[in-house]
Amino acid sequence: MVMTFNTLFRHFREGSKNVFRNGWMSVASVTSIVVSLLVLGVFILLVLNVNSFADEADSQVQISVYLASNVEKPVRDKLQNEIASMDEVSRVTLIPKEEGLKDFREKLGEEGKDLLEGYDEKTNPIPDTLKVEVVEPTTVPYLASKINALNEKYQDNPIYKVNYGKGTTEKLFKITRAVRNIGFAFVAGLGLMAMFLISNTIRVTILARRREIGIMKLVGATNTFIRWPFFVEGALIGLIGSSITVGILFFGYSELVNSLNADITLAIKLVPIHEISLELAALIVGLGLLIGVWGSTMSIRKFLKV
Amino acid sequence: MIEMQDIWKTYPNGTHALKGVSVKIDRNEFVYLVGPSGAGKSTFMKLIYREEVPTKGQISVNGFNIGKLKPRKIPYVRRNIGVVFQDFRLLPKLTAYENIAFALEVIEAPKKVIKKRVNEVLDLVGLKNKANRDPSQLSGGEQQRVAIARAIVNNPSVIIADEPTGNLDPETSWGIMQLLDEINFRGTTIVMATHNKDIVNTMRKRVIAIEHGNIVRDQLRGEYGYDF
Repeated sequence: MVMTFNTLFRHFREGSKNVFRNGWMSVASVTSIVVSLLVLGVFILLVLNVNSFADEADSQVQISVYLASNVEKPVRDKLQNEIASMDEVSRVTLIPKEEGLKDFREKLGEEGKDLLEGYDEKTNPIPDTLKVEVVEPTTVPYLASKINALNEKYQDNPIYKVNYGKGTTEKLFKITRAVRNIGFAFVAGLGLMAMFLISNTIRVTILARRREIGIMKLVGATNTFIRWPFFVEGALIGLIGSSITVGILFFGYSELVNSLNADITLAIKLVPIHEISLELAALIVGLGLLIGVWGSTMSIRKFLKV
Repeated sequence: MIEMQDIWKTYPNGTHALKGVSVKIDRNEFVYLVGPSGAGKSTFMKLIYREEVPTKGQISVNGFNIGKLKPRKIPYVRRNIGVVFQDFRLLPKLTAYENIAFALEVIEAPKKVIKKRVNEVLDLVGLKNKANRDPSQLSGGEQQRVAIARAIVNNPSVIIADEPTGNLDPETSWGIMQLLDEINFRGTTIVMATHNKDIVNTMRKRVIAIEHGNIVRDQLRGEYGYDF
């Protein structure tokens, strides 16, 4: 049967009226949605930032290929090209020995001045270096040994050493992966908890309206008709709760970003809010709606029999 | 219009509420259902508005075989049956007008029709000037009038009334009975369970007496026949 516009309007009117009629019960439902979604939102923001921090750390992982000091330009170019043509490699930069010396001097600064005193272009102890950037950080250890194996194709072992901060890199991967996994598990768990809380709250409101449902059935209302206002009510509670959550979350987060950015001594760089606001808001409002509607539909089910 | 053939009803707890009841109630009849508490009166009425299904036997209301009705169709049968209870069963948060309009909103009647019909029945039950009051602001008799108005607002062919005067004082009860009589006069069948001896013996109608799940007496213009 096609629902008339009047009926649809009635369902929305009744649903929204019910939110107010139930007073404290609605406040309780909205609060439980806000609390659950807020914890959820904080965790999502945390995971997002850990992720972006991890990505940053990942992107800093690169392989240094130190060449033997006797390597001539043609061999050097050939090696560079060959490494650059590997699938895992995104970019290869040559750092000539002169530049390497200069970098090293800068790095050591005043205190190291004496240490490198007397070295000039002829006596430069720093070898030519190829900086290899990779597409996928996790391939670094494998790629390093692959590059090292190139020695076999050339005479006189042109590669002196392949370095990628062995150990440190692997540890970093382990940590970021663990943080992500724990974060996602937490978020999933909290989501379930929120659903349970809300379906319970709405069940209580429906219990209080058993009488009303009984009368509706008595005067010949169809189940669909009875269900609609509760459906609207659940959706509204979800919408209100998630909107409040989004408000609190965005305000708090932008305050946090501002205060952290004002302090330049801190190296932490948070993900700017405008980069995530749309997706995060959509996710939280969507979840709020889902939880509200799901909660109300689940709770009303058993009251519709007979 | 209401016809039962060898109706048996046994509840899951083993209670035999009805044991082979056969009866026929015609259009426009007014029937009192009398008998001790627990004799099967309520079950008899619940079967008519399809709150319960018979364990055995056939029951038809307005030509529908109620026992074999698909759950999906129940609401449509109920729209042709008005039910009135001892405890009124009004929605406390709706006004008198809204409580009555509720029965029409539920069957998706157009707004104009709702307004017209609700005002008509409010007039009939004599509560036009109290339309906007909450049930808590009305007396018991007035609440029962609202409940009756709700039961008749969509012009059902049958009214089932389960002790409609059970909670009211004698004077108010008579007002309700006059109202039911008027509704019956306008063409609606009424089946009313009651323990009120005065009413049955004064306003003479068909009396069906049920004891231990059987009809023990069925007489036109009958008497109450019990001393309680």
